[in-house]
Amino acid sequence: MATRTQSPAPRHTEEGGRPPRKQKPVDAIPLWLKIVGVLVAIYLILPTLVVIPMSFSAGATFQFPPDEWSLRWYESFFTDDRWLKALSNSLKVAFSVMVVATLIGTAAAVGLSRTRARWAEAVRSFLMLPLVAPGIVIAVVVYIAYLNWQMVGSFWGYVLIHTAMALPYVLVAVTASLSGFDTNLLRAASSLGASPLRAFWRVQLPLILPGVLSGAVFAFVTSLDEVVVALFIRSPLFETLPVRMFNSVTIEIDPTVAAASSILVVLATLLILTPQLLRLARRKK
Amino acid sequence: MAVAAVTQGRQRRRARWSGPGLLVPALVLMGFAVLAPLAMSFWRSLTDPSFGLSHYTDLFTDGITLTIVGRTLMTSLIVTLGTVILGYPFAYLMTRVGTTMRILMLTAVLVPFWTSMTARNFAWLILVQRGGPVDKMFSAVGIDGVVLHGTVAGVAVAMIQVMLPFMVLPLYSHMAGIDRKLLLAAQALGSTPIRAFRKVFLPLSVGGVVSGSILVFALSFGFYVTPAILGSPQQSLVAQLLGQRTLQLLDFAAAGALGIVVLLFTLALVTVANRLGGSVSALGGASVAKGK
Repeated sequence: MATRTQSPAPRHTEEGGRPPRKQKPVDAIPLWLKIVGVLVAIYLILPTLVVIPMSFSAGATFQFPPDEWSLRWYESFFTDDRWLKALSNSLKVAFSVMVVATLIGTAAAVGLSRTRARWAEAVRSFLMLPLVAPGIVIAVVVYIAYLNWQMVGSFWGYVLIHTAMALPYVLVAVTASLSGFDTNLLRAASSLGASPLRAFWRVQLPLILPGVLSGAVFAFVTSLDEVVVALFIRSPLFETLPVRMFNSVTIEIDPTVAAASSILVVLATLLILTPQLLRLARRKK
Repeated sequence: MAVAAVTQGRQRRRARWSGPGLLVPALVLMGFAVLAPLAMSFWRSLTDPSFGLSHYTDLFTDGITLTIVGRTLMTSLIVTLGTVILGYPFAYLMTRVGTTMRILMLTAVLVPFWTSMTARNFAWLILVQRGGPVDKMFSAVGIDGVVLHGTVAGVAVAMIQVMLPFMVLPLYSHMAGIDRKLLLAAQALGSTPIRAFRKVFLPLSVGGVVSGSILVFALSFGFYVTPAILGSPQQSLVAQLLGQRTLQLLDFAAAGALGIVVLLFTLALVTVANRLGGSVSALGGASVAKGK
């Protein structure tokens, strides 16, 4: 509550005459700090947005700002077979990863919440490993293993490793919502005769659903965006959208990547903004 | 009473077994996807072509690896410093503003956190290339030829932006736990706001800074995409070296050895960071957008 002290207050009183010195809040936020905050926010958000004007460029180079405008790169994205194939591969993988990671991750989070044993923390750390292990190390070892297993460039190869990489996000999201869950409710359900599965389905799941759903969104986005491992385990027959984009930037200099980037940036922003805006709207009520 | 005791016993037994049972799918998946490949690479790095630690000693004696590791450590250090300098005031501000503003600031951190990495690196390429906006901006004030593309500076500028959420989120969750009344008390006792901040808040927030820094440092060490798009082959970092040894030289044993060392180094750092402030869970927790 102590953080609620706001500085705009004295400015309003200034209009109605000279305010006594004492009315200035003891704990005001200095102006320079607000300026730094705005600058950092700009640094965080603005650079990414240059891909949007780029995508409407008429030129065939990465010249910014563009001299002329056109929709040709969107046309190229939606008519070129390689881009469409990459997009559909990515969406298929991401959707499968979302389903599998959400199921397995939710089960694991619930399992960990019911285990008081000491090894449970070790298991949790192990399941969090893909979040902290460098993507390049995972890429190298998985590539070598997939060569042996003949899984390079296979749909299920992508789903397997992307699911492992998405698992920590589901685990964290579901664990967070489980922390507010009262286990007495399960005991109550069971004393009324519900089987454990039924108690989970009818009592626990509805209450932790927000965590499960945000875990699912995170899993989807993680897979859709993953590029390092995908660069290693791709094949000419199967590559995902980020791999196509990476090649368009580094090898082919194909401005269609600007259209693809803009679509992804707008999608991710909407996915993140919607829940935040809903939260703000709920506060206003 | 007897019936209740029986059901309770059954429940307890069920609870005892349902917990571990639910973990089986996740463990099987992680075993196949991560553990088996790691074990295979480790085994290969020890036995290919003959049993021994030669691939590990080569890392220190081939001359190239150490140079590149040194360059990578330097880059990670610059990125870490950059994220502290920009992230500390931002996270601090987040603890001071009202709820609406805080949600907006959190969104400013989360949007880049979830925006396509490839798209963002492409955006930085446009910004720092020859004749790009950054180049033009510097030319306008009379400094010519600031082309960051292909330099460590260009890589660092982009990496700081990419890593900033990884600093701000743990820092914020750490700072949110500091009682501001302590500062007010210091001021009531006659301290100036700046002195109160330096003597009270700063020492209390050091744990957050240290754990955030270690996390950013560890993650920066294994960066692949940003240096690949914005850097140059002459200035390659550890991740490029790993990629090159795997995809171009097909030297899987040497790549495996380097990969294992990089992994252990990263895990050691992250474990320390976790001990200091639970930054990894803070990261996950904050990315699930609490902002209460």
